[in-house]
Amino acid sequence: MAWTWFHKLGSPPYVYKLAATLTPWFAWIAAALMAYGLIGGLVISPADYQQGEGYRILYVHAPTAWMSLQVYVVMAVASAVALIWRIKVAHAVAAACGTMGATFTACALATGSLWGGPMWGTYWEWDPRIIFELVLLVQFLGYMGLRAAVDDTQRADRICAVLAVVGVINVPIIHYSVEWWNSLHQTASVMKLGSKPTMPLSMLMPLLSMFFGYVFLFGALLLTRLRAELLSRERSASWIRDVVRA
Amino acid sequence: MNGLIEYLDMGGYARYVWPAYVIVIAAIASNILMARRALRRAREAALRRVAAKGTSAEVPSQVGNAQ
Repeated sequence: MAWTWFHKLGSPPYVYKLAATLTPWFAWIAAALMAYGLIGGLVISPADYQQGEGYRILYVHAPTAWMSLQVYVVMAVASAVALIWRIKVAHAVAAACGTMGATFTACALATGSLWGGPMWGTYWEWDPRIIFELVLLVQFLGYMGLRAAVDDTQRADRICAVLAVVGVINVPIIHYSVEWWNSLHQTASVMKLGSKPTMPLSMLMPLLSMFFGYVFLFGALLLTRLRAELLSRERSASWIRDVVRA
Repeated sequence: MNGLIEYLDMGGYARYVWPAYVIVIAAIASNILMARRALRRAREAALRRVAAKGTSAEVPSQVGNAQ
């Protein structure tokens, strides 16, 4: 019976109701974490000894960049689950990811450019990590475009799922790009296996708070978009009558 | 007042720091609005389908690119 929860997650009405219940919780947790992250990052944390106040872009740049990868992983895993077990809900989850992924990726590139301006002396550099992040943006946009271009939902689901799964190769490339190639980006200072973050707590706490704030924000947005997807996919289900009129 | 101006100046990095925050906050706000609008439209469409025809109504629609 341990697998009942898994089967329930394949049931659109159950997922719809669960998403509706969870969304406000995710949203409020996100708001609280991001409020602390903003105040901590902009006011409480000290200036950097090398970059002065300019380093504060970190608090919006690093979490958006992490999230761009996370959203892609969620999209790819949902696509794989959908392909392997033929679960419709999983296709809907993947479909809900596209816009948010593109947004986070574009934000990571834009804030990175604004950070690179004063610190590296250039707004744009053909740095490995930047190139592959740009590729990620193209992947998200391509995914969305492909979905919009294929009229038949089931066909669009399958084609897009394959595209998403194949494209996941770019995620480790972006993460390890700073180690594999000479990069203007610094190597990891928070997520390093087997060692502590090389960052003082007063800087790390707001950063982690922002990061988890984004995770919950993504959760709330994903659940909202998932509900929209489920409603428009279930053409003739009687449960729609219950949930929509409720 | 001077303290505030000095703070807003961000040690001379104001023109990099503030646009970065504005971009991200605007992106988050627009994503929240887009997601809510997608749900509202899907609900309205579902309501119309349910109202139009009992239990089954096969209405083709753009799925997956709901904005």
